[in-house]
Amino acid sequence: MNDLSNPVIIKGGIGDSPKRTEDHRFLSGKGRYTDDINRPGQAYAYFKRSDVAHGVIKSIDTAAAAAMPGVVAIYTGEDIAKAGIGGVPCGWQLHSKDGSPMVEPPHPILAQGKVRYVGDAIAMVIAETTEQAKDAAEALVIDIESLPAVSEMRAATAPGAALVHDAAAGNICFDWHIGDKAAVDAAFATAFKVARIDVVNNRLIPNPMEPRAAIGDFDQSSGEHTLYTTSQNPHVIRLLMGAFVLQIPEHKLRVVAPDVGGGFGAKIFHYIEEAAVTWAAAQINRPVKWTCGRGEAFITDAHGRDHITHAELALAEDGKFLGLRVNTMANMGAYLSTFAPSVPTYLSATLLAGVYTTPAIYGEVKAVFTNTVPVDAYRGAGRPETTFLLERLVDVAAKEMGMDRVAIRRRNFIPIDAYPYQTPVALMYDSGNHEATLARCMEIADWNGFEARRAAAAKRGKLRGIGMSTYLEACGIAPSAVAGALGARAGLYEVANVRVHPTGSVTVFTGTHSHGQGHETTFAQLVADQLGVPFESVEVVHGDTAKIPFGMGTYGSRSLAVGGSAMVKAMDKIIAKGKKIAAHLMEAAVDDIEFKDGKFTVAGTDKSKSFAEIAITAYVPHNYPIEEVEPGLDETAFYDPKNFTFPGGCHICEVEIDPDTGVVQLIGFTAVDDIGRVINPMIVHGQVHGGVTQGIGQALLEHAIYDETGQLLSGSLMDYTMPRADNVVNIHVGTESTLCTHNPLGAKGVGEVGAIGSPPAVINAVVDALRDYGVSHIDMPATPQKIWSIINAGAPRMAAE
Amino acid sequence: MYDFEYHKPGAIDDAVKALGADAEAKALAGGMTFIPVLKQRLAKPSAVVDLAGLGLTGIRREGNALVIKAMTTHREVAMSSEVASAIPALATLAGNIGDRQVRYRGTIGGSLANNDPSACYPSAVLALGATIVTSRRRIAAADYFQGMFTTALEPDELITEVSFPIPEKAAYAKFPNPASRYAMVGVFVAKTAEGARVAVTGAGNDGVFRHAAMEAALDQSFTADALKDVTTPESLMNGDIHAGTAYRAHLVGVMARRAVMACK
Repeated sequence: MNDLSNPVIIKGGIGDSPKRTEDHRFLSGKGRYTDDINRPGQAYAYFKRSDVAHGVIKSIDTAAAAAMPGVVAIYTGEDIAKAGIGGVPCGWQLHSKDGSPMVEPPHPILAQGKVRYVGDAIAMVIAETTEQAKDAAEALVIDIESLPAVSEMRAATAPGAALVHDAAAGNICFDWHIGDKAAVDAAFATAFKVARIDVVNNRLIPNPMEPRAAIGDFDQSSGEHTLYTTSQNPHVIRLLMGAFVLQIPEHKLRVVAPDVGGGFGAKIFHYIEEAAVTWAAAQINRPVKWTCGRGEAFITDAHGRDHITHAELALAEDGKFLGLRVNTMANMGAYLSTFAPSVPTYLSATLLAGVYTTPAIYGEVKAVFTNTVPVDAYRGAGRPETTFLLERLVDVAAKEMGMDRVAIRRRNFIPIDAYPYQTPVALMYDSGNHEATLARCMEIADWNGFEARRAAAAKRGKLRGIGMSTYLEACGIAPSAVAGALGARAGLYEVANVRVHPTGSVTVFTGTHSHGQGHETTFAQLVADQLGVPFESVEVVHGDTAKIPFGMGTYGSRSLAVGGSAMVKAMDKIIAKGKKIAAHLMEAAVDDIEFKDGKFTVAGTDKSKSFAEIAITAYVPHNYPIEEVEPGLDETAFYDPKNFTFPGGCHICEVEIDPDTGVVQLIGFTAVDDIGRVINPMIVHGQVHGGVTQGIGQALLEHAIYDETGQLLSGSLMDYTMPRADNVVNIHVGTESTLCTHNPLGAKGVGEVGAIGSPPAVINAVVDALRDYGVSHIDMPATPQKIWSIINAGAPRMAAE
Repeated sequence: MYDFEYHKPGAIDDAVKALGADAEAKALAGGMTFIPVLKQRLAKPSAVVDLAGLGLTGIRREGNALVIKAMTTHREVAMSSEVASAIPALATLAGNIGDRQVRYRGTIGGSLANNDPSACYPSAVLALGATIVTSRRRIAAADYFQGMFTTALEPDELITEVSFPIPEKAAYAKFPNPASRYAMVGVFVAKTAEGARVAVTGAGNDGVFRHAAMEAALDQSFTADALKDVTTPESLMNGDIHAGTAYRAHLVGVMARRAVMACK
């Protein structure tokens, strides 16, 4: 076992950067995605969806459609209700300030009585081909009486607003709070100054490269249902769909999530289409396939963000933060998606301390129903929202106090000797070194040389700005007991099954899921390193409930910190058993056996057995301690984390603005993150590159816009601006790690840091570039039009005015 | 997409006949707009007449004109040494349409027949005073463009080639829509034998248009400075989620000045 306290980088082991094993099949077109799977006799489903945001379904006449060529079956909400099928459940329950549970309206798999957003499924048409299903869907005669819609939270909470659900008065799902209001009020009473900000966290559409797809299959002879789906967490889908929607017991329901082309959160959730095709396959006794179109994805994949926040920070005369008061409205969309309630609350407001020693914090969150696509976790999920708010507010506070932006951060950093650090908003940070990431990032980005670059840019007629964010996030979700106390309706442990084969090769079955992260490489490195076997002889298997004992999937940057820790635990069991076998073979005491670099050695002697020799002995137990140990070398471990993990770091962005057009050009981006133990530095860089690019997308480009009638105006890639190669710069990535103190790897997680840390760094840079224009905040995305409007509104003023 | 008859005639007359015989038939050039429209079921033609077999590709110099056949792709225009030496602005324009895949398929004739208000080519055709040659006549640019997605073409009339008089100098400056990368504002400026010409695409609420005030100013002095105080009426501008009318009107000025500075 490679000693993690004093790591040596071995080929293919921890710290090495072998090329990603999965990439050969992805880059050569041999990936096997859900839509690549075809089952014998398969029929095709198409969902007829609402094109109005809110309305009463007066009638659906399916007769003409049913008579169309190739039509196999047509189902409506009425059929679903008759079959007694439940709605898709919400996996997280919150309670309001007054103790009442959140309003949790049913989310039927086909609309019943009312449609509530553009994209709400009204009917499922199944035919021999997709084109025939579409033809038939056009022949459905559907009478919908339109109702007034609410698409924006302020409109939804205005007096007399149309109600999305009759049960949710004022369209409020819950009205929640955290922290100590009295302590915060007291802090504000003594404040030297108060910094205030109003922030809109722009609504985003995830757009993974692979659209969603699902195939339902039913084996009449065994009674087994199989769902192939584009999911980040097949076991969670099996649990939610089997237990809550279709009442299929686990042993009769298999969920397969094969290669999945990107998720970013949007593929965590249990969607209605999954239940619909699984149910329908058994009804017609044929496999049923549904593949989402790109345009359909825009109006059915859960959206992200969409918060409106007012925040106030009380400051002492020396710049110390005394208290923080935050009031947020969070858009839930038309129905509660799987983890929606947790995003603005426990994944967001619990981070309001950030990296600062703010002693008193009070946060309130109102969750609001609107006639829009459900909103749920999207890369970072709640933490980008809080980070943006905090890091913008700190810049505003610096300006308010006349302090340097770096100095005010340093004054308020949680010092390294304060760890473990209990925040006033529930979390206990285990480790971090904010000064280290800050200093390194400033050095790489040449923060101190900026003013000269700004002056040079000014000579070229450009407005140059620099901005930073010093942030911390919570991931590695999650300790089950804590999550349960906070409202989670599932455990959040992870599972690994390490199967050593007779000749010493290893298959690892993990309950996490890889949809671009490179787990097949990273986990193989971890196993190769710890068992001392070649990287090439380790196979990583995920994404099939029939193969994997159990698991909670991949989201919240949890795969290495939680899933990897489960692997370490399983490998510990393998090694412990191997020691018993080795002791028997070498006629030594078990306590005298050491395992290192793939060898079991009798301490203090040159007597040793290779890992492969132990493996073959375990499967051919001729000379074997059979009274003591079972044959075989196959161990499973469940790992429940002791705490969240807390990656963080510093991001610095430098921009130039063309004052003629308002275009913001990125000049430089530096990310120095503390993500704990790094297994594969190349993959870590890739994760940060991708995350930062999505953060830049949010900051400068992406915006889901609904009109007041609930029509999505940015409903395609023609109008929704995804970041492209020419929108980003070379991103300098560094790591400055402290180790997580409570998991065996010391890993913290890297999947989301890029998307969490970067947006405020970009906007702080944009605001800095416009410092002579008296601007204190710009909402995302900072589009050319927005910037030009600011520039056009007034000639530069001197900052001193 | 819906089912349709597919025809691939080998002669212009046959293509015209196929289109004339069926009011619901549609011509397919590069298909970079038409195919997505079909796939989204936004059009339901009875027949599609593919123009790829008509031999309508090629670029030639004819006296003081550059003639580009209708099915010539954007890539061919962008890479043509003939275009580069005669009207380099046109090569630049073509080389920045869409993406590489689009430039390999999309054609000048298809773009002009569609007359998307944010397409690039209409501005060049209008500014250079090009002539649209069709299966039955020659149409002056000024008569050809008739508002958004509307042209002088009859349903069974096909563009065969476009003849561009070679200007003294010209340039095209585009501010792309950040999402679609079509022209949010595109300005083609030319110094021609008839004087300065400025045509604006992407910005107008009625498709491509000539900017008379800018032309007058440039006739006085063909410099970017001459345009400094020339404004563009917001009432002529299109507005959407990316750019309102005021911003578009402003960008018309910025792009025009940049085009003048880039003229060669």
